[in-house]
Amino acid sequence: MGRLLSLIVEPGFFTNAPVHVALLAGGVVAVVSGVVGTFTVMRGQSYAGHALADVSVTGGSASVLIGISPLWGFAATSVAAAGVMDMIGIRRPRGRDLATGIVRGAGLGLAALFLYWDTTHSATGATVTILFGSMFTIDPSLLGVIAAFSLAAVGIVAVLYRPLLLSSASPDLAVVRGVRVRTAGVLCLVAIALAVSLSALTIGAILSTALLIGPAATALRLTGRPGLVVAWSALIGLAVTWLGVLLAYDSYYWPPAGHGWPVSFFVVTLILLAYLLALARRGGSRAAPLERGEPRGAQPGCG
Amino acid sequence: MFSGFMTNTWAVASIVAVVAGVVGLFVVLRGAAFVADALPTGAFAGAAGASLIGVNTLVGLGAFALLGALGIGWLGRRGRHDVAVALALVAMLGLGALFLSFSTEYGPQIEALLFGEVLGVSATEIAPVAGLGAVCVAAVVVLYRPLLLSSVMPELGEARGVREQRIEMCFLVVLALTTAMALPVVGALLIFSLMIGPPAAARSVTSRPLLAMALSVVLALVTVWAAIAASYVSNWPVGFFVGTIGAACYAAGRGWTVLRSRRLRRSQASTLPPVAPTASAMA
Repeated sequence: MGRLLSLIVEPGFFTNAPVHVALLAGGVVAVVSGVVGTFTVMRGQSYAGHALADVSVTGGSASVLIGISPLWGFAATSVAAAGVMDMIGIRRPRGRDLATGIVRGAGLGLAALFLYWDTTHSATGATVTILFGSMFTIDPSLLGVIAAFSLAAVGIVAVLYRPLLLSSASPDLAVVRGVRVRTAGVLCLVAIALAVSLSALTIGAILSTALLIGPAATALRLTGRPGLVVAWSALIGLAVTWLGVLLAYDSYYWPPAGHGWPVSFFVVTLILLAYLLALARRGGSRAAPLERGEPRGAQPGCG
Repeated sequence: MFSGFMTNTWAVASIVAVVAGVVGLFVVLRGAAFVADALPTGAFAGAAGASLIGVNTLVGLGAFALLGALGIGWLGRRGRHDVAVALALVAMLGLGALFLSFSTEYGPQIEALLFGEVLGVSATEIAPVAGLGAVCVAAVVVLYRPLLLSSVMPELGEARGVREQRIEMCFLVVLALTTAMALPVVGALLIFSLMIGPPAAARSVTSRPLLAMALSVVLALVTVWAAIAASYVSNWPVGFFVGTIGAACYAAGRGWTVLRSRRLRRSQASTLPPVAPTASAMA
């Protein structure tokens, strides 16, 4: 048994401090992304989630410039961008993607400038760290902040659970029932912004879309009941993250020896595999009503 | 600024701008912003992979952009479209992270690929870029009517016998080719600004398709030229300027729309429906 275990788990995995931090932080972040992601997918806001993650690069690179943890910058810019997106009319279905994209483009333009300054003032490889994450180098002192942001994001979604669900399924009905659709929408965007800035820290800013969308989309294929979807989504997120950390740790011993493969690569690949498996599973048609939040085909690429 | 090695840059950038202006108009009309954003970002991984195994960057970019387009088309028929795009995008980026971690001598070039590089365009690069650009524009010319119809009035298009899925696939391929040719100049993360800012501005100024296309090309050219000049003078990354000017174009377009609808409302006592993005105004 011991030998079998050591075949799967390379020695030192359970005693390694960075691995502990990675498992802890990565796990928390994955659960938050899974929960918030469910609403992102149901509301058809995948693009908003992706754009917020991209914009967070701006803050991340600015943080490196002034010498604080990227997490602060990630969160600050993506929450601010959520506000701007709401202001310039992200609510209208048509043209919504345009407004989202413009905010993203402007944010990334600034990020280009900051990263350029980062690399001219110091050669720390900030670009790769910010864009592709660094699960094994998370500062343990950040765990408290990560927990606080996580609580905030999950808290927003928990408080708004029913109104969000209603306004995702049927906006008109929600208005009739007295739901403040716009307020709910902005708060949901803020929750998404917090979730992506957390996962920007673990698997990287331009990959955090994976943790936000992948587990939730997979879960929506497995079941049609909202509560179960949230639970499945969190579980899948947690599973792929921990498995990714394990594989990345093991990969130090794979050929070419001595070179660890990036955690982000494993996490993303596992997410894609999970989604493809769920797609291949026939008969999951009960998922249809929730999964098809809005009619497709009429406006390709919109949503 | 206009001497020697910069001549190539001006030539390549102008080709890129013309193609981005033409193709971008359809991105805006189809509301396909997410795809137009995802393909270049994901194709970046192809460039990283190409440098790892030592083939031409353009080949890697083209291969990944086409694979991404096919993947989005395939997944999109089986689930939510935006989820398909997001997953195809991150799958490619995940591979990119892997390639980057394996290539050691590659470091300084990453930023050039992500955020654009105007210097160091060699004369041998002009021909492939021009070729790809010609293919893209030719494809748009051939597909002009069905593409326009399915973009602005999908239902009417179906009734007229336009095959929605086939058109969508063709559009994705054109987008992929545009991506491959534009990426080395403007950068993976900001091609999209060039494909959205100018066309969106053109679209809000006029609702006549051909005029909008011409205006979009002109604005894209101005954007790229201004960005290169500013980048050359300040030494800052060209992507910064493309991103900001693109956003400025969009803002100007929005401002114009608001102004015009106010003036219309004032001149006519009765309230008119908003001028901006109704589908029927375009057809």
